Amino acid sequence: MIIHHPILGPRDAQEFVYLGDASLIERPDGMTAGVEVFHEYLYQRTNPAGEHRELWYHEQGDRSWLVVTRNTVTHEITRVELARDVARSKGRSK
Amino acid sequence: MRYSGFRVIAEALTGHKGWKPVWRDPTPQAEYDYIIIGGGGHGLATAYYLAKEFGQARIAVLEKGYLGGGNVGRNTTIIRSNYLLDGNEPFYEFSLKLWEGLEQDFNYNAMVSQRGIINLIHTDAQRDAATRRGNAMILHGAGARLLNRDEVRAMYPWLNFDNARFPIKGALMQPRGGTVRHDAVAWGYARGADMRGVDLIQNCEVTGMRIENGRIRGVETSRGFIGAKKVGVAVAGSSSKVMAHAGMRLPMESHVLQAFVSEGLKPLIDGVMTFGAGHFYVSQSDKGGLVFGGDIDGYNSYAQRGNLPVIEDVAEGGMALMPAIGRVRLLRTWGGIMDMSMDGSPIIDKTPVEGLYFNGGWCYGGFKATPASGWAFAHLLVKDEPHKTATAYRFDRFLKGLMIDEKGQGAQPNLH
Repeated sequence: MIIHHPILGPRDAQEFVYLGDASLIERPDGMTAGVEVFHEYLYQRTNPAGEHRELWYHEQGDRSWLVVTRNTVTHEITRVELARDVARSKGRSK
Repeated sequence: MRYSGFRVIAEALTGHKGWKPVWRDPTPQAEYDYIIIGGGGHGLATAYYLAKEFGQARIAVLEKGYLGGGNVGRNTTIIRSNYLLDGNEPFYEFSLKLWEGLEQDFNYNAMVSQRGIINLIHTDAQRDAATRRGNAMILHGAGARLLNRDEVRAMYPWLNFDNARFPIKGALMQPRGGTVRHDAVAWGYARGADMRGVDLIQNCEVTGMRIENGRIRGVETSRGFIGAKKVGVAVAGSSSKVMAHAGMRLPMESHVLQAFVSEGLKPLIDGVMTFGAGHFYVSQSDKGGLVFGGDIDGYNSYAQRGNLPVIEDVAEGGMALMPAIGRVRLLRTWGGIMDMSMDGSPIIDKTPVEGLYFNGGWCYGGFKATPASGWAFAHLLVKDEPHKTATAYRFDRFLKGLMIDEKGQGAQPNLH
């Protein structure tokens, strides 16, 4: 699979490490969220057959985290964003 | 029709005119007592044991494609019970005991071959871990032997014993482990279930679940609504898809795992061998092909095919262990979809929906579990309580911190 890195252009997926569903960006506040909320965040997955937004880390490149939109049935990649931009658009500052 | 040597001789003398289709192709009835979703190994075994061991009737198995077309026909056919933890070992040992009597039990030749399995050891630390695991196996009646380097060399003199990174120092062996003809397992269970009146309904995809007041009433399918008192889901690989019909999210991801078979060779490997350090395992089929595999591709996938980088990685593992296979040609590769649970262990449990039960999360290891999984799931469906060997396979173990973490690596969806 080729991932079109927003800064570096087309890169082989072998250069990346896969983490999983991009909802992992939205970590609950550990001081206020309860055990059930954290259980949901940490272990439960939607795991769709079809379009999936997921986190890839460019370990053998610029060490950036990307949010890749990929179809889990065809492996087709339709969108690649910097995870930083996605997190900031959700109001995260870091 | 009962199969036997006399039957083969009698049919041979009469032109093989007496063989009949092995199961019916029934139209779905309006309602059943039990619906099992998924006509793979686990679903068919569940239906078989529901009818045979638990005396139940009015059972249907719904299969989206054809019987045995999923992971039961895509695995590398290995059976074993070489686990460490109390939550696992009694269950897998129960399964291995069922394998040992399976062919007589369902009167079908599944080619169960207890040719022994070895896990290679390369360091002192691995030997300590293998010793501990072997002792746990012996305590549960599974049997185990620790082999030294010379004993491994006597079995397989052509292995690369002096690999600079992973020199072979010994192995943990389970002599009762082995291989089984995987398709015949599905066919044998299907035939046994059909003979006891179970309706095996193929080309019947579940498209929805009818749930009223927190209780399951039946399933919507591509062949219309079918009512049911109890519904069991055994569709590992597609569990998240099917359980989404009940509004449930599961602690798992779906990943593709590839497997490989080489061209036929003369007898080379008479058992099963795992090279965990090199992410490689291998056995040899009765036709002579080397059957081997390695890691999952590593990203969520519902495509039953993988990519080339993993093929290269597995081939490198094979070459590191067995330099002699360098010129062997690959005959076929294929992929299956695994439910990768968060701790590498399965789930056989009730759900928040009354009358809806779940069996899945088998990761790499579903095939060897087939008989015990079917038995334990049938037990749960009938008695509403887990079988004594499957009490740890609960949904709530992640919430309660009771993970069955066989390798001690922590919870993540890419284990084993």
